[in-house]
Amino acid sequence: MYEFNYHRPTSLEDVSEILAANDEAKILAGGMTLLPTMKMRLAQPSDLVDLSAIDGLSDISDTGDAIEIGAMVRHADVAGSDIVQNAIPALAELANSIGDAQVRNRGTLGGSIANSDPASDYPAAVLGLDAVIKTNKREIAADDYFKGLFETALEANELVVSVKFPKPKKAAYAKFPNPASRYAVVGVMVAETDSGLRVAVTGAGACAYRATEIEAALGKSFSTDALAGISMDAADLNDDLHASSEYRAHLIGVMAGRAVSTLGG
Amino acid sequence: MTENGIGAAVRRKEDHRFITGKGQYVDDINRPNQLYAVILRSPLAHGKIKSLETDAAKAAPGVVAVFTGADMAAAGVGGLPCGWGITSSDGSPMAEPGHPPLAVDVVHHVGDQVAVVLAETKAAARDAVELIEVDYDDLPAVASLDAAGAEGAPLVWDDAPGNICFDWEIGDAAATDAAFAKAAQVVSIDIVNNRLIANAMEPRAAIGDYDSGKDEYTLFTTSQNPHVIRMLMGAFVLGIPEHKLRVVSPDVGGGFGSKIFHYAEEAIVTWASKQVDRPVKWTADRSESFISDAHGRDHVSHAELALSEDGEFLGLRVDTRANLGAYLSTFGPAVPTILYATLLAGTYKTPAIHARVRGMFTHTVPVDAYRGAGRPEASYLLERLVDRAAKVTGIDPIELRRRNFIKPDEFPYQTPVALEYDIGDYDAAVDKALELADYDNFAQRREESASRGKLRGVGIATYIEACGIAPSNVAGALGARAGLYEAGTVRVNPTGSVSVFTGSHSHGQGHETTFAQLVTEALGVDFDNVSIVHGDTAKVPFGMGTYGSRSAAVGGVALMNALEKIRTKSRKIAAHLLEASAEDIEFKDGKLTVVGTDRSVAFGDVAMAAYVPHNYPLDTLEPGLEETAFYDPKNFTFPAGCHICEVEIDPDTGVVDVVSFTAADDFGRIINPMIVEGQVHGGVTQGIGQALYEQCVYDDSGQLLSGSMMDYCLPRADNLPNFAVTTNVTPCTHNVLGVKGCGEAGAIGTPPAVINAVVNALSEYKIDDMPMPATPERVWQAIQSATN
Ligand SMILES: Cc1cc2nc3c(=O)[nH]c(=O)nc-3n(C[C@H](O)[C@H](O)[C@H](O)COP(=O)(O)OP(=O)(O)OC[C@H]3O[C@@H](n4cnc5c(N)ncnc54)[C@H](O)[C@@H]3O)c2cc1C
Repeated sequence: MYEFNYHRPTSLEDVSEILAANDEAKILAGGMTLLPTMKMRLAQPSDLVDLSAIDGLSDISDTGDAIEIGAMVRHADVAGSDIVQNAIPALAELANSIGDAQVRNRGTLGGSIANSDPASDYPAAVLGLDAVIKTNKREIAADDYFKGLFETALEANELVVSVKFPKPKKAAYAKFPNPASRYAVVGVMVAETDSGLRVAVTGAGACAYRATEIEAALGKSFSTDALAGISMDAADLNDDLHASSEYRAHLIGVMAGRAVSTLGG
Repeated sequence: MTENGIGAAVRRKEDHRFITGKGQYVDDINRPNQLYAVILRSPLAHGKIKSLETDAAKAAPGVVAVFTGADMAAAGVGGLPCGWGITSSDGSPMAEPGHPPLAVDVVHHVGDQVAVVLAETKAAARDAVELIEVDYDDLPAVASLDAAGAEGAPLVWDDAPGNICFDWEIGDAAATDAAFAKAAQVVSIDIVNNRLIANAMEPRAAIGDYDSGKDEYTLFTTSQNPHVIRMLMGAFVLGIPEHKLRVVSPDVGGGFGSKIFHYAEEAIVTWASKQVDRPVKWTADRSESFISDAHGRDHVSHAELALSEDGEFLGLRVDTRANLGAYLSTFGPAVPTILYATLLAGTYKTPAIHARVRGMFTHTVPVDAYRGAGRPEASYLLERLVDRAAKVTGIDPIELRRRNFIKPDEFPYQTPVALEYDIGDYDAAVDKALELADYDNFAQRREESASRGKLRGVGIATYIEACGIAPSNVAGALGARAGLYEAGTVRVNPTGSVSVFTGSHSHGQGHETTFAQLVTEALGVDFDNVSIVHGDTAKVPFGMGTYGSRSAAVGGVALMNALEKIRTKSRKIAAHLLEASAEDIEFKDGKLTVVGTDRSVAFGDVAMAAYVPHNYPLDTLEPGLEETAFYDPKNFTFPAGCHICEVEIDPDTGVVDVVSFTAADDFGRIINPMIVEGQVHGGVTQGIGQALYEQCVYDDSGQLLSGSMMDYCLPRADNLPNFAVTTNVTPCTHNVLGVKGCGEAGAIGTPPAVINAVVNALSEYKIDDMPMPATPERVWQAIQSATN
């Protein structure tokens, strides 16, 4: 690591102030992405602003038609939460499929979606469940949030405060994990929400996206059979050491099918 | 059986300190006034160093010194030596390029050492390393065997045309041709043995500590064989005589072969320590391990088997190219030759065998021994070929193997590829494995899997390996540049406790337990009153260390021989104390008794008499009770066995799940069954890793793509079933313990069993080939190609 200054503010206002004063400052959540990057000397922040002392960022609450999860809530806490398990079991399962126990004990919802790694799981839930991202400045609809490879709608000095997940009628997540890292090679969230049927795909493209062909097909008939004829276009999909774009295209169909069959389709 | 003696499943003495975090690994050691070394490594696979500017680094805060290859060369530092010479078929010696610890002028692989920074802290050294400016001419590189062998390929070394290090052969080419000429059928196969990275849990580390007062050096290093390092580094690289150089390998967290070799960093820290007159510590981080620890395997082979009408093997012809990397690692050339091609007979009576092996240079990390070293490559090739032969001939794969096994009454058996097997019973191992695997009911299980949409397959492999390379004179004739004996000293302390000093080195194998069991067995001394000392050239006699499953078969036997000397001398002392003749003294259960009487002395009293020789035959016997034995075995030992794997494949994704794994192994006599089982579990896990998960990938320019745990997939507990393991014992005929060795067997028999199972599972698609690792995508692609 390069040298940096460490801050542990206790309010969001202080965070904003420190960020405003230091161009090269970075927010530190669980450190699961940021610290390895710094250790490998691929990032050189001048300042780290640790969010762990700020009240209210680690809460999970049931707001009636939605559940709201603070940015600093760890994956293990989402996985183990009664509230989440009751309202959106698919989300608890998704959290429980992330990485390994150490990562789940440190990694956070806010860190995950701020980073928007193309292979991360939460974006599929955020998009698939039509969640709303609350920041220190505004609310962002899921459909407007994921912009590209490691790119989101967050502006400079804007930070995720919480995510509001509307309770779906039903939802299921199916993931094909990378055997080495356990990140998603492909993950698909299928959900019936108040705003309609949504199918969100992570792992396959530059960032999470909605698979509109699958949504249309399932809209006609919610069954695995409906997926049979659909073949995904591999052209824009990720192609790397772990999976070719062709294989990823195929896995989208398989994972969507698994989620659908979990939901009885 | 003596309590805690041979055959007892005694819990490991060493585990208390490991489990409670009290192990002392090299990185746990800190010397007063120590500096930290960080090494600048080449980012290029092949490049000419046009300029190397270190002034800014030298001026950086906390930096004490910066050294380059030019500095070491100017000081007369030698190159890292190769410990095994191979002679090509035409009689010429192998190409043996120089290997300076820090590169001079040209870098030859990503990770090649370029310069070293010594600083007060590791962070300061890391910061400063980035200030070194190197201007390279990027030269064309070859990263694979195919690229290295291509017409007009760039050369790794000018004096190795065609990038060939050696072109070696073994066996009788004419007899093999004749066998093929009369064959009823010929089966062939193309085999790639995938390149692996050992990834021991503990990264390598080294501390050089020069004492200017005494002009003596100590090197603490993560080595499997401290005496070998002392000899190689002292004599060939730094010119330090043995009595001035102490090498200590304390607790070492796994080696799997990768810590046998003498590495540049050991020489760098030892040499640098003298330059600055301060201790110098270097510890690899994981990323560094990936590009600086020797890699394993990486063979490409074509093999043909000639069979008679009824499936008798008549001849075997093998052509192998082996990737040696950019430089010759310590035993690199021995692995694809002496440790590989000599095993091509396997468990079979193939009368004529010929193998040609070309060792090739590439711009990659040096390749050397990794768990099994050559033998996994041989067993994989042979057992895939035999399975294919079964398919082609229509003979059941188990029946085909049985038909060709060397039978128990045919030992000793001289193979056509140099080895003489002493003993074995391959049918018995197969019988045991089949039973334990419930092989007869496989069809039912396959149906049950099919009802869930899964493809189930079963694969069998037999294997043989050769452990404890020996005898030294034969190894020498085959190119070894060192002896291959082992040494053990038994020091009985005055009150009867025992300290053992062994040249073997434990880095996970449990010697502190198994060797203590031997002492308990031989002397009747309580297990807790024995301690095993290893890993320090200042304490233990000159020994060759631990690799090739040699510790019990060579080190254990040396210890037994020293114990026998103790027993003999103890009888003489007891004879004096009991006023009897030594021939009449029986030494049993810690007591020395005059045969046929109740007159006896305890072993502890004998020990006391030896050190307080008031009542002692001083005119005929030296006082003290300490004996050393050096043991050079008459032959290799030949563990063998049968592994059976069952897999279930998800045809939608190609995921292969190992649902059961059975190993029936013949390791000769077993000292500690629990430890043996653990060794098998570890070996099988690494074998499954090679077969399904692990793959070292370089791109065409020689960049390592699988350079982290995020990309290089090691098997984890949730990838594995519970293993069913058993043993079948035929005791080794030529050592007093009857032991053969068990450390590598799992990694040798497993890969072909797994891949045979995968191919079997895919049989409905007529797929008869599957490269390792059988990743989900590869399996899925194979199914796609077969169905489209
Ligand atoms: C071995 C391993 C395996 C993993 N496997 C998976 C997996 O299977 N699936 C998966 O989804 N993920 C996986 N991850 C990622 C992990 O789950 C974390 O979510 C991710 O690393 C983010 O970590 P973090 O929350 O600790 O954030 P940090 O590392 O602290 O921060 C990450 C980035 O987000 C920024 N940031 C953090 N919090 C906020 C905020 N509230 N507002 C704005 N910006 C913020 C930081 O500045 C930084 O740039 C894995 C990680 C590792 C190391």
